[in-house]
Amino acid sequence: MSGIPQAAKGDISIRGVSKVYDPSGARVTAIEQCSFDVAAGQFAVVVGPSGCGKTTLLNAIAGFDTISAGEILLDGEVIASANKQIRPGSDRVVVFQNGALFPWRTMMENIVYGPVRQKTMSRPEAERIARELLRRVGLEGVQDKYPGELSSGVQRRGEILRALINQPTVMLLDEPFRALDAVAKSVMHEFVLELFDFSPRTMFFITHDLDEAILLADKVIVMTTRPARVKTVIEVGLPRPRSANVTGAARYRELKQSLLEVVHEEALKAFQAGEREMA
Amino acid sequence: MSSTALELKRSGRALRISAYVRGILSLKTLQGVSTLVAFVALWQAAVSLKVPYLSNLPYPADVWKSFTDTVVTRAYWISWAVSLERIFVSFLVAQVLGIPLGLLMGISRKSKDILFPVFEIVRPIPPIAWIPLAILFWPTEELSIYALTFIGPFFVIVLNVMQGVANIDVSLKRAALSLGAKPGDIFWKIMLPGALPSILTGMTVGIGVAWNVLIAAEMIAGHVGLGRMTWEAYTNGNIPLIMVGMASIGVAGYLCSGVVRIVGQSCMPWRRRS
Repeated sequence: MSGIPQAAKGDISIRGVSKVYDPSGARVTAIEQCSFDVAAGQFAVVVGPSGCGKTTLLNAIAGFDTISAGEILLDGEVIASANKQIRPGSDRVVVFQNGALFPWRTMMENIVYGPVRQKTMSRPEAERIARELLRRVGLEGVQDKYPGELSSGVQRRGEILRALINQPTVMLLDEPFRALDAVAKSVMHEFVLELFDFSPRTMFFITHDLDEAILLADKVIVMTTRPARVKTVIEVGLPRPRSANVTGAARYRELKQSLLEVVHEEALKAFQAGEREMA
Repeated sequence: MSSTALELKRSGRALRISAYVRGILSLKTLQGVSTLVAFVALWQAAVSLKVPYLSNLPYPADVWKSFTDTVVTRAYWISWAVSLERIFVSFLVAQVLGIPLGLLMGISRKSKDILFPVFEIVRPIPPIAWIPLAILFWPTEELSIYALTFIGPFFVIVLNVMQGVANIDVSLKRAALSLGAKPGDIFWKIMLPGALPSILTGMTVGIGVAWNVLIAAEMIAGHVGLGRMTWEAYTNGNIPLIMVGMASIGVAGYLCSGVVRIVGQSCMPWRRRS
């Protein structure tokens, strides 16, 4: 697979990041003094109660939103701080919660959009690589279909390929499998694990599904109820290449147990605070 | 590769044709036809049996006779041509002005804040209520009719496009930016295709409104046109011809909606297939 080499870059460092919405009025603190690191090529999964500010953090890395204090570094360079917002770009491609394939483009046109738009590849070259990627994941038949004609599981895989073809330093995934049923989800997990083994790069993955978190992650970052702080960071340490079989391992159950306890505590707090589910 | 594609296309077409034939012979079609036959039979019965109030209607055969007499006259087809031309021009102008305005108000908060209040006040006025003002305001009757036929679909399209743009998923814009789109691409590559379905909805509703207003305007202000033809049949007490006029207007509206639908579908292949 000539087109998609491995990533050596992609160190993310989040240092004392805070985010206050409407600072002059209601002052809603979404994130408070949040600090953690993700090493290049590491699969980081951020879990936390719904609406706790995980997406705000992801949006700040992506360049969709600003932060109020602290700084975010990518490979040692400050990309976001209180008075700096990075522009969105294909080095940090985002995969969205509800799917964001362009409905008016076929799967092939969707996947090649990034490289063709940025002229990093010619269209034939991009299409060749896209076909290779689709074949690798067993989706040869869908290239000329519109997203609306495909199941949401296939759409989601296509969207991840659309991100991957840009060879981003960091992939930002915002609860990408949230809307999928359990069966489709397990297919997606295999798919992501395989892609990660094939082409490791820094992954910043948000979820509130604990099994998903342990199965995929090298590192799980647990956030508190709003305002979001880092509650704890758990090194998963399960061997790679990984498959769904790992859920039978003793280490897995151990991790699940401790994660459950931590998260339960936060969920309870959120529940007692009467927080509205905010997605 | 290309020959298989061709074969696929051909077999696809064959499939579609056979589906079409099956559609014609299907139970549904049969039901539709028998309903129509029953309708005409009831009509005939109502007139022959002198059912109160309905006995003033002409017999179906009279209407048919009036139709075959009318359809061969030049005047009938001139009525068609004049009405269609008025619809075409007014509707086109409504789209050409309305779509950009709707896009503008959908995209820019500020322009919406400035312009929308005027729309809110003017929009609830039924287009037909503009007739007196339009007749007095425009120097010729023809211009008055064009202006009236323009107003109906104009508001419909502006509001639809505005809503459509506002409802475009922000993730699509972000995804495009994240994939390296320039801010300038967002309008052409995201907002415009994203607004297409609502543009089509606006056009579909708008063409119906345009016919409504046109017929009313022709009856009051015009000298020719399908609406005028129907009105003159009324002033002459020619009930069969009134009904021929009504049916013609119905067919004309139906054809126009069909054209709009076909245009829309050809602009949005992703909607056609699903």
